[in-house]
Amino acid sequence: MTMIFGIPLQALLGQLLVGLINGSFYAMLSLGLAVIFGLLRVINFAHGAQYMLGAFVALLMLKFAGIGYWGALVLAPLVVGAMGAFVERTMLSRLYKLDHLYGLLFTFGLALTIEGTFRYFFGASGQPYSTPAALSGGVNLGFMFLPIYRGWVVVASMVICLGVWFLIEKTKLGAYLRAATENPVLVQSFGINVPLLLTLTYGLGAGLAGLAGVLAAPIYQVSPLMGSNIIIIVFAVVVVGGMGSILGAIITGYMLGIAEGLTKVFYPEASNIVIFVIMAIVLILRPAGLFGKDA
Amino acid sequence: MSHSTHTQADVPTRTLALAGPIKAAILIGALAFLLVAPFLLYPIFLMKLLCFALFAAAFNLLLGYTGLLSFGHATFFGGAAYFTAHAVKVWGWPPEFGLLLGVAGAAGLGVIMGAIAIRRQGIYFAMITLALSQMFFFFCLQAGFTHGEDGIQSVPRGHLLGVIDLSNSTNLYFTVLGVFLIGMALIWRFVNSPFGMILKSIRENEARAISLGYSVARYKLGAFVMSAALTGLAGGMKALVFQFATLTDVGWQMSGEVILMTLLGGIGTLIGPVFGAGLVVSLQNYLATSNVPVTIITGVVFMTCVLLFRRGLVGEFYASRLGRMLGFNPER
Amino acid sequence: MSGPLLNVAGLHAWYGESHVLHGVDLHVNEGEMICILGRNGMGKTTTLRTIMGILRKRQGSITFAGKDMMGVPLHRSARAGLGFVPEERGIFATLTVEENLTLPPVVAPGGMTVAEIYELFPNLSERRRSPGTKLSGGEQQMLAMARILRTGARCLLLDEPTEGLAPVIIQAIGEVLRKLKARGMTVVLVEQNFRFASKVADRFYLMDHGRMTAEFPVADLPARMDLLNRELGV
Repeated sequence: MTMIFGIPLQALLGQLLVGLINGSFYAMLSLGLAVIFGLLRVINFAHGAQYMLGAFVALLMLKFAGIGYWGALVLAPLVVGAMGAFVERTMLSRLYKLDHLYGLLFTFGLALTIEGTFRYFFGASGQPYSTPAALSGGVNLGFMFLPIYRGWVVVASMVICLGVWFLIEKTKLGAYLRAATENPVLVQSFGINVPLLLTLTYGLGAGLAGLAGVLAAPIYQVSPLMGSNIIIIVFAVVVVGGMGSILGAIITGYMLGIAEGLTKVFYPEASNIVIFVIMAIVLILRPAGLFGKDA
Repeated sequence: MSHSTHTQADVPTRTLALAGPIKAAILIGALAFLLVAPFLLYPIFLMKLLCFALFAAAFNLLLGYTGLLSFGHATFFGGAAYFTAHAVKVWGWPPEFGLLLGVAGAAGLGVIMGAIAIRRQGIYFAMITLALSQMFFFFCLQAGFTHGEDGIQSVPRGHLLGVIDLSNSTNLYFTVLGVFLIGMALIWRFVNSPFGMILKSIRENEARAISLGYSVARYKLGAFVMSAALTGLAGGMKALVFQFATLTDVGWQMSGEVILMTLLGGIGTLIGPVFGAGLVVSLQNYLATSNVPVTIITGVVFMTCVLLFRRGLVGEFYASRLGRMLGFNPER
Repeated sequence: MSGPLLNVAGLHAWYGESHVLHGVDLHVNEGEMICILGRNGMGKTTTLRTIMGILRKRQGSITFAGKDMMGVPLHRSARAGLGFVPEERGIFATLTVEENLTLPPVVAPGGMTVAEIYELFPNLSERRRSPGTKLSGGEQQMLAMARILRTGARCLLLDEPTEGLAPVIIQAIGEVLRKLKARGMTVVLVEQNFRFASKVADRFYLMDHGRMTAEFPVADLPARMDLLNRELGV
C-alpha cells in the first residue's frame, strides 16, 4: 500500500475527490453569487435556499410527476429561476436605489422564509434521492475507485462554469451584462431594457443555484437545511476570491474545496473551519481577495 | 446605512413648548413601570426582554451609529454566555466577576473579529463577520469547555457582592434591570461623546472623514469592540438568568435575530432596538406554544420591514407628526 | 413631415429638489446642426439629458419626429431615433472596441455598417480587439460617436465632443461632423469651444441659468461677438 506523508494513497485520493466535488459546488454557487452581485450589487443570501429549492423540486417532481433526474436537470433550474425572476421583479428591484445592505437583509429574510417553509412541511432531516441508473456504479482506476456519479458531477460543474463564463465574456448578451455593470443608465439610453436584464440576471443566478441543487441531490441528502449550511462557506469563498472576476470565483471555489479535502486527511478537526481560516489570512494579506479588482 | 427618501411634511412642524417636560414624563413613567413590572409580569420573561434589549441596543451602536452591519454578533453574545457560565459554574466565581469575564472575553473576540473584518467595507464586512462567526460556532461545537451540543447547564446564580441571593427572581430582576440601565446609559454617553460624533461623520461621509485626517479604521474598530463588549454584558447576564449557555447562542440565526430586532425597532434610534427586542421576544414567546413556524414569520417580517418599514417602529414615530411635535429628530 | 424634427417647448427639469431648467425652448430642423453655447453649470448638459430621458423629473413638451417623448421610458428613446453621446464618452472598460461599437442595437435602417465605420475611423479598426478604455481620448470620442452612427439614429445629442482633446483631434472631429451633415444627420451640439462650433453649426442658442437667452444663425455670428465675449469670456 503506497503511503504519502504517512497517509495511504487511497485515502488521500479519496479525500481529494471529495474535496474536488465540494469544490465543484462551491465554484458553481460562488459563480452564481458573483454574477448576481456584478450587475445587481446585491449579495443574494437566498442563494443557498435556491440551491435547496432545486434539490427539492427534483425530489418532488420524481414523487408526484414521475419526472426523473434528467428531466429535473432541465426543469428544476427553470422553475427556481422563474421564481427568482418573480421575486426580483416584484420586490428586490425596489431596493436598488437604497444602501446595498438592504438587499442583503431582504435576501436574508427570503432565505429564512424559504427554509422555514420547507422545514415546516418536510422536517429537518434529509431525504434520499437515488442516483440515476445511467450514472451509477463505479470504475476502478487502479490507484482508486471512482464512483461514476461523482466523476459526472465534477465534469458537469466544469462544463456549467465554463458555459456561464462563455456566456458572459463572449456573447452579445454577456456584453450587455458587462456594460450594464459599468454604466446602466448609458446602456439603457442605447435602447437596451436594463431592468429586464436585471431580472434575467437574478433569474439566471437563481437557476444556477437550482441546477447545483439537482446535481447535489444524489450525493448529499435533500434537506431543508442544506442551503444554510453551504451558503456561509460560499460567502467565505467569495471573499477569498474577490468579486472581480468570474474565472476568479470558479478557480477559488475548486481550490478551496480541495484545500478542505486535504485538511480532512491531515488534520480532520480543522476541516470545517479551514476555509474560514484561509479567508482570514487572505484578508490580512490581500484584502481585495485573490482575484479582486476593488479594494 | 443611507437615508430613505420620504417627502412627509415638507412644512416644518413646530415643537411643542411642553415637549421637554412631556419627554421627561414619558421617561419617568417608563422607569416607574420597569420598577413595578416584576410584580405584574413573569420575571424571567422580563429579564429575557432586558437582556435582548441590551443586546439589540449594543448592536445598534455598530449598525445605526457607525453604519456597519455585522452578521456575527452572536459570537459576542453566546461567547460571553459561555465564558460567564464556565467561570461561575466551574471556577466558582461570584456573578459580578463572571459577568466581567464575559465582557472581557467578548471584547477580546471583538478585537480579533473587528481587526480582520474592518479591512473591507459594506457588504464584504457583513460577509466576513458571518464567516468568522461561523468559525467560532464550529470552535464552540468542538471545544471541551462548551460541552458541544449539550452546552453548559445548571449555571448557579450565586450571590451578588457576596450578599444578594440571585436565585431569588426579584433580586435577579433588579440586578438585571440595573445592568441594563447602566448599559443603556453607557451607550447614550458614547453616542453623544466626541467619539460618537466622529463615528456619525464617518457613517455619513467616510471619504470626507479620511480627508479630515481621522484614522477611520481605528474609530470603526473602537465602535466594534464597544459594541461587542456591551453585547457580551447582555450575553453574560442571559447565562445567569436562564442558567445555561448553548450553541444556539452562537449560531447565525441568533445574529440574524438581533438584526431583525434592531431593524424592526428603528436603526439609528437609541430606544428603537429596545422596542424591537420587546416585540420579537414577545412574539417568540407567544408562538412558542403554537404550531406556527417561527422561522417563516421571522423571514416574512424581515422582508416586509426592508421593503416597507425601513425606519422601524420608533423611527416611524419620530418622523410622524406627533413625534416631530415632541421634538424628536428623525436620524434620517 | 413638416416642422422641426425636434421641438422642445417650456421644458422644466429638476435634480431632486433643485430646479435646473426653467422653461427651455429650442427646435432643430432635419439635417440641421445647432449648437448650445453657455458657461459651465448653465444647464446645457442637463438639457441634453432631459431630452434623451435620462433625467426623468421634467415638465413641458418634447416632440421628436412628431412623437411626444415625455411619456417614453428611457430604453425606448433610442428606438424613436435619438442618440446620446455623453460628455464622459462612456466607453466600457470590460468590452473590446468592437464590442463597444456594436453594443447599441440598430433602431432604424440607414445607419452606417461596421465596415463603413471602420473606413471612416481607421484607428478603431486597428484596435478593434483592444479593451475600449485603452484608446486615447480622441479615439474614445470617435468610438462614442461611431457606435451611435451604427444604430440608424436620426438625431445626435453630442455633449462637448472636443473637451480635453488636442487641436489635431478636434479638427478630425470637425471633419467627421461635416461628413455626417453631408449625410443628412441632425445634430444638437453642446460646446464650450465656440470657435470649433462656429465651423460646423448652422444655428446657435445661448443658454443662461436654465433658459435660452439668445438664438441666431451662423451668419449673424460676427454681429454677436460682443454678446458672446460678455457671456462666455472668449
